[in-house]
Amino acid sequence: MAFKLTYKSYGAYAILIEWPPKINEEILNDILCFKSKLLGANIDTISSCNHAYHSLVVQYKVGNFDGILEVNRLKTIYASTEPLPKTTKTVWYIPVCYDVSFGIDIEKLSKIKKISVEALIRKHTMPEYLVYFIGFLPGFLYLGGLDSTLATERLSVPRLNVIKGAIAIGGSQTGIYPLDSPGGWHIIGNTPIHFFDSSKEEPCFVKPADRIKFFSISLSQYQDIKVLADAGVYQIKKELFNG
Amino acid sequence: MVEVLQAGFYTSIQDLGRFNTQHYGVPLSGVMDVRAAAIANNLVGNKANAALLEMTMTGPKLQFNEDAAIAITGAHLTPFINGKETSRNKCIYINKGSILSFGVSKLGVRGYIAIKGGFKTKKVLGSRSMYKAVTPICILKKGTLLQIHPSEASPADFFSKLKVKEQYLKSEFLEVYKGPEFDCLSAFEKEKLLKNRFTISKNNSRMGYQLLEPLQNDLTPIITSPVLPGTVQLTPSGTLIVLMQDCQTTGGYPRVLLLTPQAITVLSQKKMNDSVFFKLNE
Repeated sequence: MAFKLTYKSYGAYAILIEWPPKINEEILNDILCFKSKLLGANIDTISSCNHAYHSLVVQYKVGNFDGILEVNRLKTIYASTEPLPKTTKTVWYIPVCYDVSFGIDIEKLSKIKKISVEALIRKHTMPEYLVYFIGFLPGFLYLGGLDSTLATERLSVPRLNVIKGAIAIGGSQTGIYPLDSPGGWHIIGNTPIHFFDSSKEEPCFVKPADRIKFFSISLSQYQDIKVLADAGVYQIKKELFNG
Repeated sequence: MVEVLQAGFYTSIQDLGRFNTQHYGVPLSGVMDVRAAAIANNLVGNKANAALLEMTMTGPKLQFNEDAAIAITGAHLTPFINGKETSRNKCIYINKGSILSFGVSKLGVRGYIAIKGGFKTKKVLGSRSMYKAVTPICILKKGTLLQIHPSEASPADFFSKLKVKEQYLKSEFLEVYKGPEFDCLSAFEKEKLLKNRFTISKNNSRMGYQLLEPLQNDLTPIITSPVLPGTVQLTPSGTLIVLMQDCQTTGGYPRVLLLTPQAITVLSQKKMNDSVFFKLNE
């Protein structure tokens, strides 16, 4: 379906395209479809396009840039109905150790939510989280689908250092810290999987529209998987599906 | 080879940055003062994207273990070779064994050292610009060894001297475009934003510059959306944050203004307590 899009200039050499201000899968798919048509058009003056929940920024190379002409070209591409190649998406099964030694906020959170730690883990491992985009930090996935009963206001004072691999809940979102970083979310566990590796040509193995499913592992399983993951030989369980 | 004897406050290798990695959450990075960096590379006959050193407030102390041609531009950090003051904005030949050091900055914040051939650090995701978690190191440290590309430029390609206009180092005006959420501001808020003087706070770095004076506003946060360097964000508590080269790729604060590329170079030479005005480009 076609949405009513708005086109705004964002500085001298970029165009911001906005969908209706909502977070849902239909909009994500429409953005990705547009992005794919746009990349397929091989416009050599475009230097990059980057999307988030309901917006796409198209950046152009510095030089002769005619905003009106480019917007018209973008509109034509958006309206074009040429069939897209079927894309395959992936569900990634991500091991998470929810032990209190990693999940330093999990007991506090279970008290706030008035549920057992086990029930909290069940609620967190139940959904297949939808990957909307990567932003904030290299390899940080914006995930949708957190059980609304787990939504928790962020810490009033962020921690100066959250360790790499931390699984956390902040507001109505859940996420994985791909690197050591400051952060204000409640930490409930840790994954030994690396979500960002700058030495690879594709530094992130997860793509927008993929899905993430967490499963609970013990501390000793964590150590075993970590050895393999650090050596780059851990096979992440995955399932393909057609989107 | 160049050996770092002292690193200076914040010295890093930069080129023009990573152009197509924002969808991995990897910032653009690259030189903050594009203009000064381009002049430095030009003076030694390098291409525009050659990697050079960006220094901040205080320069490094470097030992050259081979002959080299260098150029120093940007902030007025007094350069010395073997303790003797030398020129800025000029191609200088430096002999093997010599030591390059700097005095304190008299004007501006960021200075550049280009070397004929360019620095040859590891290219990661298409760029040598240092950034935490992307490149093996993010700033130079005492003992860091830097390799230099063998130069393809012949001496004839060099501008031995260049008349460089440096008024921008003193400019207080930041030319801006309207940001995507500019029109969500009230007429009163717009007027304050474009008329008032703003002071650079102590929170200023390659990631962004926070301004001291708050701008009370009634804007609601936006759904997280892409941001570009130069974007001026306005937080609900009224803090203005100007995003710079190492900024995050997405953000949730309204984007009220966007600096022109020239204005980014002006701001990158500002330090705590300096003041700026925004001037709309129409």
